[in-house]
Amino acid sequence: MCTLEKRGNIFYLTLTGDDEHRLNPTLISSIRSALAEAGSQSVPGSVLITTAQGKFFSNGFDLKWAQKAGSDSMARLEHMVELFKPVVADLISLPMPTIAAVTGHAAAAGFILAMSHDYVLMRRDRGVMYMSELDIGMTLPDYFTALIRSKIGSDSARRGLVLRAAKIKAEEAVEMGIVDSAHDNGEEAVEAAVRLGEQLSKRKWDGAVYGELRKSLHPETCGVLGLVNKEVLPSRL
Amino acid sequence: MFANKVLGIAGAGTGTATAAMCTLEKRGNFFLLTLTGDNEHRLNPTLISSLRSALAEAKAQSVPGSALITTAQGKFFSNGFDLKWAEAGGSASANHARLHHMGDLFKLVLADLLSLPMPTIAAVTGHAAAAGLMLAMSHDYVLMRRDRGVLYMSELDIGLIIPDYFMALIRSKVSSASAQRCLVLQASKVKGQEAVKMGVVDSAHDSGEQAMEAAVRLGEQLGKRNWNGEVYKEIRKAMCPEICSLLGLSNKGIVLSRL
Repeated sequence: MCTLEKRGNIFYLTLTGDDEHRLNPTLISSIRSALAEAGSQSVPGSVLITTAQGKFFSNGFDLKWAQKAGSDSMARLEHMVELFKPVVADLISLPMPTIAAVTGHAAAAGFILAMSHDYVLMRRDRGVMYMSELDIGMTLPDYFTALIRSKIGSDSARRGLVLRAAKIKAEEAVEMGIVDSAHDNGEEAVEAAVRLGEQLSKRKWDGAVYGELRKSLHPETCGVLGLVNKEVLPSRL
Repeated sequence: MFANKVLGIAGAGTGTATAAMCTLEKRGNFFLLTLTGDNEHRLNPTLISSLRSALAEAKAQSVPGSALITTAQGKFFSNGFDLKWAEAGGSASANHARLHHMGDLFKLVLADLLSLPMPTIAAVTGHAAAAGLMLAMSHDYVLMRRDRGVLYMSELDIGLIIPDYFMALIRSKVSSASAQRCLVLQASKVKGQEAVKMGVVDSAHDSGEQAMEAAVRLGEQLGKRNWNGEVYKEIRKAMCPEICSLLGLSNKGIVLSRL
């Protein structure tokens, strides 16, 4: 359901298969394993690039799986919300720069997955960002709203995203400050992600320091995720 | 003509005479605090102590209409903590203790600036890095030259964590998430023009002299309002509650008797 490859300094996390990459317990667990693996192999200069095959980056939680449980469907949904929280926490703590190459639709939890990365690059020819919850009739988990508030500064952008459930293409996403750059197609988005990754890798930053600095930029989100700050003693002293 | 009076600020006592590391002069309605000498103005305990004395003096002489302008001689505004001094502690634990010590002392300077009962203006005429950038940013207004000098949060490149009160200052003064990322997670070296775009600096000027002149003009404009310094400082503190809390500063309400 996802693979982790290492090429040079860059870890590639790919959501595999031409499906919606719905975040069910199985996929969530695969992603967590991949992130743990990348984290444990981190060296100065490591970078993570996350991308997906097919038409979707990720279409969010597996609501069909939840609905199959009949009267227990709420419990299944809550279960996925709770299981996904550590994925966001893992990404916010990851001891290396992270880049999402959004090569397809990213909706709801799938949008949050992308936004949990330091840099978000997207293709402009296809695919939308979409917080579908309002259309479906669901409220947002606390860690979703904390992340959105922390990463998206503009009040009108946040409003467009969550209170109008807008389907946002790459160009508009760049204007709204949701996405860093828009690229002509999927391959170009990935290539741009690789170039950015190589630039960041050249700085050879200490991963533990990087992870702590990233966390300190998002104190409210870290609070909601239960992440605390760690003292990292400077090695040069 | 305005009085150009140098208020003597002694260096921290080791018993031997030390050259003043900063001077405080009074010019018209404003105080000019200058980090002296053509060096990096590293924030070691000696300089920090000088800064605190200068700020205490300005505070003691504050009247409605006062303002503070802080600037520096040479290529640097300030290049941050004195890491060479920290590395000379003799052991890893002594070195860490020295670094913590500078951090603790520096918190007091920031607290002094945030509590100063007058508007404060930093005329950044050279490089400002790490704690040196925090020194600039803890002023109400930051003016910079555009021809030379960069702002630089060097910690990521050096491998140092940024203290919580630095992060609180950055988050309160730099509103855009991408500008924060640029400073903190990319350790970018930001020149004057870009610093204005990022919202880190209020204006960029063609040279060091022009930045100073603009600071003086701003100081005079603000001075004309004759604000009560106690009221000014309380309102300033109220705008940055998180950093005030981390620095141990409390708030109080004031209503002037003339109402």
